[in-house]
Amino acid sequence: MRRGPLDLVRARPETPFEFSFDGEPVTALPGQTVAAALWQAGHLAWRRTRLGDRPRGAFCGMGACYDCLVELDGTPNVRACLAPVRPGALVRTQRGDGHGELR
Amino acid sequence: MVVIGAGMIGAACADALARRGMRVAVLDRGPVVGGTTGAGEGNLLVSDKGPGPELELAVESLRLWRELAEDLGPRALEYEPKGGLVVARDRQAFTELQASARLQCLSGVTTVEVPADALGELEPHLAPGLAGGVHYPQDAQVQPALAAAALLRRARDTGRVHLLAATTVTGLSEGRVETDAHGTLLCASVVNAAGTWSGEIAALAGATLPVLPRRGFVLVTEPLPPLVRHKVYAADYVADVASGSADLQSSAVVEGTAAGPVLIGASRERVGFDRGLSVPVLARLAAQAAELFPALREVRVLRAYRGFRPYLPDHLPAIGPDPERPWLFQACGHEGAGIGLAPATARLVAQLLDGEQPFMDPAPFGPGRFGKEQA
Ligand SMILES: Cc1cc2nc3c(=O)[nH]c(=O)nc-3n(C[C@H](O)[C@H](O)[C@H](O)COP(=O)(O)OP(=O)(O)OC[C@H]3O[C@@H](n4cnc5c(N)ncnc54)[C@H](O)[C@@H]3O)c2cc1C
Ligand code: FES
Repeated sequence: MRRGPLDLVRARPETPFEFSFDGEPVTALPGQTVAAALWQAGHLAWRRTRLGDRPRGAFCGMGACYDCLVELDGTPNVRACLAPVRPGALVRTQRGDGHGELR
Repeated sequence: MVVIGAGMIGAACADALARRGMRVAVLDRGPVVGGTTGAGEGNLLVSDKGPGPELELAVESLRLWRELAEDLGPRALEYEPKGGLVVARDRQAFTELQASARLQCLSGVTTVEVPADALGELEPHLAPGLAGGVHYPQDAQVQPALAAAALLRRARDTGRVHLLAATTVTGLSEGRVETDAHGTLLCASVVNAAGTWSGEIAALAGATLPVLPRRGFVLVTEPLPPLVRHKVYAADYVADVASGSADLQSSAVVEGTAAGPVLIGASRERVGFDRGLSVPVLARLAAQAAELFPALREVRVLRAYRGFRPYLPDHLPAIGPDPERPWLFQACGHEGAGIGLAPATARLVAQLLDGEQPFMDPAPFGPGRFGKEQA
């Protein structure tokens, strides 16, 4: 039998909720970060780089590398590996520096 | 020759001397550009200087920077001749700015008056309601650490320059430089390019030079699309630079960088070598920048850094031989303009050392101008 991290720590999480990623509904557990919830849902990339338009997601997973930047509720450059996800959050793929409105 | 200090000034001096065929040892107690050069910005400005010896030095220096960029390639220095734009908040400030621009013009500075309705063409994101500005096409920038390293490399390529890092000067007398790591070096002359610490070097030789640290903070924003095209600052900045008060002066100079972040600098205050982070100073800089560019209000600051400018009481550098010790050449005290003034400073030092007619009268920079009792 394959055991997931929740079984390993014998977690009894509270009720799951939904948030939106690029308009699609994604299910998350209370206490998860945006990155954890996106990973669990099978999304590995949520940013395109400034110079080569290359895909990026979580790298260090602990707030140090800034690779996981994402747009959260309209604010760009949020570190997905640190930001807790909340019910109804609007998460969007970040394009480049995330400040297209200033162009 | 021994050059003490591997910052921008020491690098430029080593290069100028080596290119004249002299053999040079460059000493630094730390790494290359570990001093103020590695902790500041690289604005090359004529716009912030009133007529006088510093402006004369700056005009020559900016010409030399242009030559260096041609010789070494602009990428080796990250040289960007982007020009400066000084803006005035109200009519009176604009009138004063125009008057000072006319005077600068007489000293070889190119100035272009920009009426209020034309500011947006130069800087589309500038705040509305400003009274006008002056455009200074000569203002430019380099990446200081890169530029100093490039000059040291070029100097070493002559085969006449030795770089001794991690070597502290502990004693100084005619013909002899004592160090902790390489014993005693014998030399004809010494160039004191130890920046904010030059007073200590002078003291080792029994000379006095009242160099003090003047702290400055720079804010770095998150990467942005090209938002700021020139070096933009409000006209009050010039008064801040010239202030002799120890208290805080700040008026933001805002500029974009090739990598994306916008740099907002810099504050000026005399608080000794206190490295503490001063949140009120940072907040004031940020507010001033957002006043010039309202779009910055929504932008986050990623970090701030600080450095200690080498300050002399009359805001002029000390360049030339010590009056009582003709073997000891001072090349220090450039305060907030050491990057801009480095090539012309080095040229002056080299000409004076070579006994050549200098390109300008060095008397205003004479190290003897501070009487002993003042120190
Ligand atoms: C925040 C800030 C912003 C700035 N912005 C600008 C700008 O936009 N444009 C501009 O032109 N200038 C600017 N400046 C000023 C500029 O950085 C300085 O004027 C310049 O770097 C001075 O260079 P230097 O070579 O004299 O000194 P430094 O770079 O400090 O070099 C002196 C060297 O001497 C060494 N040394 C000291 N004591 C000893 C010893 N006993 N033995 C051996 N070595 C020793 C030190 O280790 C150091 O490396 C700014 C400064 C700050 C702080
Ligand atoms: S994954 Fe490295 S900072 Fe988020």
